[in-house]
Parts: sequence; structure tokens; C-alpha cells
Amino acid sequence: MPVLEVSRLTIALPTARGMVQAVHDLDLTLARGQTLGIIGESGCGKSLTALALMGLLPDGARASGSIRLCGQELIGLDDAALCHLRGNRMAMVFQEPMTTLNPVHSIGRQVAEPLRLHQGLSARQARAQAVALLERVGIAGAGARLDAYPHQFSGGQRQRICIAMALACGPELLIADEPTTALDVTLQRQILQLLAGLVAEQGMALVLISHDLGVIAEHVQHTLVMYGGTVVEAGPTQAVFARLAHPYTQGLLAARPHLGGTRGAHARLPTIAGSVPELAQLPPGCPFAGRCPHTEDACHAALPRAVELGGGHTARCIRLQDAP
Amino acid sequence: MTAINSIAVDAFSTSAEGQNHSDTALLQVRGLSHHYSLPRTRLLGPRPRLAALHGVDFDLQAGRSLGVVGESGSGKSTLARLVMALDTPSAGSVRLLGRDLHRLPAAALRAARRDFQMVFQDPYASLDPRQRVGRIVAEPLQTLGATRQQQHERAAQALAEVGLRAGDAHKYPHEFSGGQRQRIAIARALVSRPRLIVADEPVSALDVSVQAQVLNLLQDLQQQHGMSLLLISHDLAVVSHLCDEVLVLYQGRVVERGTPGQLFSSPRHPYTQALVQAAPRLL
Repeated sequence: MPVLEVSRLTIALPTARGMVQAVHDLDLTLARGQTLGIIGESGCGKSLTALALMGLLPDGARASGSIRLCGQELIGLDDAALCHLRGNRMAMVFQEPMTTLNPVHSIGRQVAEPLRLHQGLSARQARAQAVALLERVGIAGAGARLDAYPHQFSGGQRQRICIAMALACGPELLIADEPTTALDVTLQRQILQLLAGLVAEQGMALVLISHDLGVIAEHVQHTLVMYGGTVVEAGPTQAVFARLAHPYTQGLLAARPHLGGTRGAHARLPTIAGSVPELAQLPPGCPFAGRCPHTEDACHAALPRAVELGGGHTARCIRLQDAP
Repeated sequence: MTAINSIAVDAFSTSAEGQNHSDTALLQVRGLSHHYSLPRTRLLGPRPRLAALHGVDFDLQAGRSLGVVGESGSGKSTLARLVMALDTPSAGSVRLLGRDLHRLPAAALRAARRDFQMVFQDPYASLDPRQRVGRIVAEPLQTLGATRQQQHERAAQALAEVGLRAGDAHKYPHEFSGGQRQRIAIARALVSRPRLIVADEPVSALDVSVQAQVLNLLQDLQQQHGMSLLLISHDLAVVSHLCDEVLVLYQGRVVERGTPGQLFSSPRHPYTQALVQAAPRLL
């Protein structure tokens, strides 16, 4: 049985202009030990998807469709039942470790909290376990630093502490929402490798959300590319980056300045015309229509279906539909 | 049009001194050091010092671009603040157009500020939400004694240069997207026709597709106006795309410098090597 099975997930958000669809018909399946990356720009619905998985949507937002964690349906579950799952069988690592950690509690207490809450460990047992967890995520001398407060650690160490908290109860599903965006490039790789190592060791399923194509390309097995609330391309990471079937994926990749690239130092970067549309003003057809260099009249008519390109690689574009 | 010309003439007169120094660099930084005093650890003990920047030297020629890379805490932003004369260095000098910015009297410094302007990282924090865009963009001109009419004309011109419409001058910052806000911040920096723009992480708060638009804009403006650019970034790819020369800062010292090509194909300092290796690559 897959750890996570999401089908036709649709999220509606209340705005000044009424309810708008922020995520549209999202499907994904994730087995034990698998890693999935979601790429997209701000407002594409990637973080909302993560919050929906955790049952943490903002007030007034409505999720419909189905989210199953090891077969258990999460949509429609009450808060008490969700609290029992969160931090226990599914956990999340957020972007900003400084705002995730509580500045007035020692880190030992924060890492031990889920253990006491979900596994009913005594204070002493939880403390011993917290030391082991902090050592596993690479906090040197964890035993001596258990009573230190978050401000006494550097940014990278704080993110390690957040990961230790998320791992405390051995969750089946770990969601990391831009876990390295607030960190330096040299730390980024260490944290991502730590996550990859933990996934391999504990057989968790990992959902990694990022706006950075490089991070996704290097660290996950499967990739979803989201735009305007819709998954425009999905498939094994190798296949997605090799073929770049959707014009949006192509545009994203081309717009990225790269190190030691073939173009000259003063060449212009190819850009995607226009800007990310407001959710309330999404065009009725393909969300990328209008910004896409290949837009035709038919693009505005209806959302293209996901075309199967072989090996589980799909993309939503009418130009692929026409191809034999 | 005459109004615009008269400001342009003013601008020429302040930079006249720079013309005499055309053989030397536009910006000369020598032995620049800065330390911050930390809170006392003991009641009567001395305040510990944190050396943020240590003996930094560089020259930036007119019309060239210099990138500064380094991790957080390496002193990049301290360097930007010292070059912008927002902080006083503990030692060393910053000379722009031959004038030592940190020795100028307050009034002269204020007048000199038209020659160097800054673009900040977060366009959500750097624009006053209560002011209309036209006023935000024209603000650098207020201290220079431009009339209201001149301010309007120059603001409209600067907005047009960054690809915004003249009608946008009447809107408030919240009506714009992140990329558009960064364009407004760039328009504000351009309005006084500076010789140097200091940009501290100008695209790191922006989405990938918008980041490319802003990088292209900075490059076009630099080429059109012959401005110099001091670009501070943690992103090697951004720096190597836009800059002629790169400084690598590590713990407040320049550990390596060179053209992006040299630096990234054969990095010599271990920190540069770590940086180049850490940059994510696509498959």
C-alpha cells in the first residue's frame, strides 16, 4: 500500500473576490522510501498542497478530493484525529527554522515534545531519545547542548534541530517545504543530503517542495511541476529534465542563469513574458496560455488533459495531444 | 525638457570632479575594516568585538560590474553599507569619484548621494506602503532641490526605463507583484542618474522567471547609462552571469578574486571550491 495517495485534490481559498481554486485536480502516489519534488513559483499552489496534506489549511479554505495516508482518508478528519497524526505519522520541516522553533523553550524540550505527546515517554526517556536524534542530524555534543535555546545555534543547526523534531516519532511521511531557502549554498547540500540519508535509512516517503530547479533535479526521484494551481508536468525526475515536455518547464529552466554555462558573460537570459497570474484571474483554459510562446486559440478553450509520454511521464499541453 | 536638462547639468557639475579622475577608478576601496561591538559578557568587562570586514581593497572602473559572493556572516552586506556610507568604517576609506565618502561633511555627503544609489533585497520591505509609487521614485530628487515638476518628469522617465507605465506612478506598492516592485526600487535608484548602483541580493526574493527579467533589466540599464554595478549575492550563477569581476569574501576577508570564468573553472581557495561544488547542477 502506498504511504501517500492523493487523488483529485482541489483546494478552494476565500479571497476578496470570492472563493478561488488554488489547487486543481492534483494526483500523486508515493511509496515507502520514495522521494517526490514539487517545483513552481510563488502562488502556484505548492505550499498549499503541503498544508493540505498536513491538514493545516488556513481558515475558510476547503479541500476536496482524497488524501490517503497509508490507506486512511485525511480529508474530513476532525482536528483531534489530525493532531494524533501530525508530528507522529507525518511531519513537516518548514522554510524558516527561526520561526518554527519556539524561542523560549530549550531545544531539548522541543525535540522531546512529540515523543512525550505521541509515544507517552517519560521526561527522562524522551530526553535520552532527543540526544540520539540530535546526534543523528549532526548536532555535535548534543547531550551538553540540550538545554540551549534556539538563538544559540546557527541557521543550519536550527534547521537540523527542526529535522530532528520532525523525525522524532519516525513518521511515514516527511514534507519539507523549501527547507534550504533560508540557508547558504554550502549548507544547502548538507541539509539535503541529510534528508536523503534519513529517507533511505528509515524508509520514509519524502515530499520536497522548492522553487529551485537545481535542488529538485539533484535530490528527488519524481518531480511535479506546478503552475497556476495545476500540475503541468509530472514524472521521473530524469525523464522530466531530459525531455522538458511542457513549455513552462522549458521556460523555467532557460530563465535560470547557470554557472559556467555555454552562453557568454553578457548575453541576455531568455525570460518568460508577463508574470504569474493571480489565482482569481486564471484563464479558463491552460493556465500558462498567454505567457506561453506557443499559445493558440485552442489553449484558451479548455484545460488540456495530461498526455502520457511513456514511463509515467505526463504533461498537460495541447501540442503534445496532437502528436501521435 | 529644459527642466530635465537643468538637472542633468547639475548632475554634470557634481561629477565634474570625477572627470578629472578619469584615469583612476570610479570607486576605490582601500583597507576597509569594520567591527561591531557585541553586548558585554561580564558586567564590567570589555565589550567583545566582532570583526565583520578586514582590510578589503578593490577598484571598480566606470561602466564595469563587480560581484561579491560569500556566505551569510561573511561581511557582504557590511561592505555594501560601508560603500553606501550608511555606516562608518573602523578603518580604511571608500573613495567615489575621488571623494572620500566617510570624510565628507553631512551636507556634501547628502548631495553626493545622487552618484551612488542602492537596490535592496526585499522589495516588500524597501518601499513605503503608504506612499504612491511616483513619490517613492522621486524621493532621491527631493534633497537635490528639484522642483515638483522636474520630480514628476524624472520619475515618469525612470518608470518608463524599467518597463512600467506612467500611470503606475499613482498606484501604491501593494498593487504590484514582487518583480514589479523590484523594478520600482530600481527606478528609484536610477532617478538621480547615479554613476554607481549597489545591489544587495536584488533577485533572491524573486521567482525564477521574474529573476531573469530583473537581471536583464539591470544589465541593459548598466550598458545604456554606463553605470557601474556592485552586485552582492550568495548565488554564484547570478554573479557570474552579470559581473566582469568577482570577489569572494570569507569571514570578512577577500580570499579570491578574478573573472567569473577563472574563478569558477579553477577555484583556488578552499572556500571558493566549496562554493562552486555546492552550486546545484541540473542533470
